[in-house]
Amino acid sequence: MPRTRTPVVAGWFTGDGDGFRLLGTRCSACSTVFFPREDVHCRNPHCGGGRLTEEPLSSRGHVWSFTDSRYRPPSPYVTDPELSWAACTLIAVELPAERLVVLGQAAPGITVADLTVGMEVRAVPGVLHEDAETTWTTWHWRPTGVEA
Amino acid sequence: MTRDVAVLGAGMHPWGKWGRGFVEYGVRAARAALADAGLEWRDVGSVVGADTVRGGYPGYVAGATFAKALGWQGARVTSVYAACASGAQAIATARAQILAGLADVVLVVGADAAPKGFFRPAGGDRPDDPDWLRFRLLGATNPVYFGLYARRRMAVHGDTLEDFAQVKVKNAALGARNPYARYRKAVTAEEVAVSAVVADPLRLLDICATSDGGAALVLAGMDFARRHGAGDAVRIRAVSTVTPRFPSTVLDLPDIATDSAVAVRPGPETFRESIAREAYEEAGVGPGDLSLAEVYDLSTALELQWYEDLGLCGAGEAVKLLREGATAPGGRIPVNTSGGLASFGEAVPAQAIAQVCELTWQLRGVAGDRQVPDARVGLAANQGLFGHGSAVVAVR
Ligand SMILES: [Zn+2]
Repeated sequence: MPRTRTPVVAGWFTGDGDGFRLLGTRCSACSTVFFPREDVHCRNPHCGGGRLTEEPLSSRGHVWSFTDSRYRPPSPYVTDPELSWAACTLIAVELPAERLVVLGQAAPGITVADLTVGMEVRAVPGVLHEDAETTWTTWHWRPTGVEA
Repeated sequence: MTRDVAVLGAGMHPWGKWGRGFVEYGVRAARAALADAGLEWRDVGSVVGADTVRGGYPGYVAGATFAKALGWQGARVTSVYAACASGAQAIATARAQILAGLADVVLVVGADAAPKGFFRPAGGDRPDDPDWLRFRLLGATNPVYFGLYARRRMAVHGDTLEDFAQVKVKNAALGARNPYARYRKAVTAEEVAVSAVVADPLRLLDICATSDGGAALVLAGMDFARRHGAGDAVRIRAVSTVTPRFPSTVLDLPDIATDSAVAVRPGPETFRESIAREAYEEAGVGPGDLSLAEVYDLSTALELQWYEDLGLCGAGEAVKLLREGATAPGGRIPVNTSGGLASFGEAVPAQAIAQVCELTWQLRGVAGDRQVPDARVGLAANQGLFGHGSAVVAVR
């Protein structure tokens, strides 16, 4: 039986392939963007509060910084204890249009050696982990100049 | 009216991995602080505990837990939690009670029995908790954030791995002289360089461990201090407990993203810079007045960041300050004379209190072979998860 594809967190991203986008919200009064999404109150202290509507974020940004996890992270991160741990690369990306930085895992196969601060990356669909019934999906960052 | 409060006593339980409960460490530190103050527990009008989330309910209500363990005597009780800044918030609470005339003598205690390995969030499924989310979605442990900051400094300011290692070498040499430190051995740059990479570019010896430990202070109003014959005691002159200002544009634990600066222009200073500035303003001193500083060196690279955030040098100049030896013993502004977190490992609720213990001993001139000559003004700075800034200025 095929596994169901389920976002690891609801409402944070949408779409497939080139149409993949992170989803934030924007305040109708002050136009501040929020990621992770704020759906109830605008957090700008100078804003009286507007309507918060869903908005896709820019698909491309620049590396603010990067690192990796050389040791297996603790729960609630899900890993298979039977398998040896392979370093996982993480990238913090500055989105110029939204003027915010979003952290994410790098696409599989991307190591710190592939990265420099300032390099262009884009958000791509990714898989966090799979269990018997479910493929848990997430976002990954991939350098635009590096092929899969 | 003076806004000073006197530090009558300072006490610690040595840091380590002792395998016992946090109450024992806290009580031992409290008794040491009371003995140092020349006071009895029954003289204390208020007890403030810095909470440890790893102690179950006794940890969440640390003030009452320590009061019971010392023997119920009716003191006013408070328990505070602000992650790594819990100890500083406990000091701030004690000071506010003293300045408000609610208590003459306040005992501040923090202690922790740390877990093995990485800090992790509390259990359960909590998708509305950013601390839970960063582990669940990204496996982003604390060292991941330290690695991001370190790489960013290398790219923006040209810091090198060798510079980071020199911070560890400096702090380890100081920790070797501190009887309360967990690690009491000198470390060489080569030892740092061959230690395992934890979160690129940082290695095991760049990152602070987690430890058991306890620290306590006995604080009092200046009138009480004079009556007690301690009118010349070390004084706490300022405690800053600020939050960030929107938009906060530096990615910070435990968040997955920063605020957006698209609608509101970011202020001229970062959150960490504001922590120190508020303390300076309240104390009426500036970075040039400091004899020493204790900073929260969760990593070697983060210690360098603090130099700039405290205004000890300009942006990007921390490495220059380090290389000149300005922050080493005998330098213009020795930093982490205690040995820092590099030599202690973090015992969360106790750590900010331990920083003030070191300031107290330095300002009294009793810090032994770690002593900064003629120390007059010290600052301890720290930052707790979820937007808790803290800095304490102590003077002699
Ligand atoms: Zn708004």
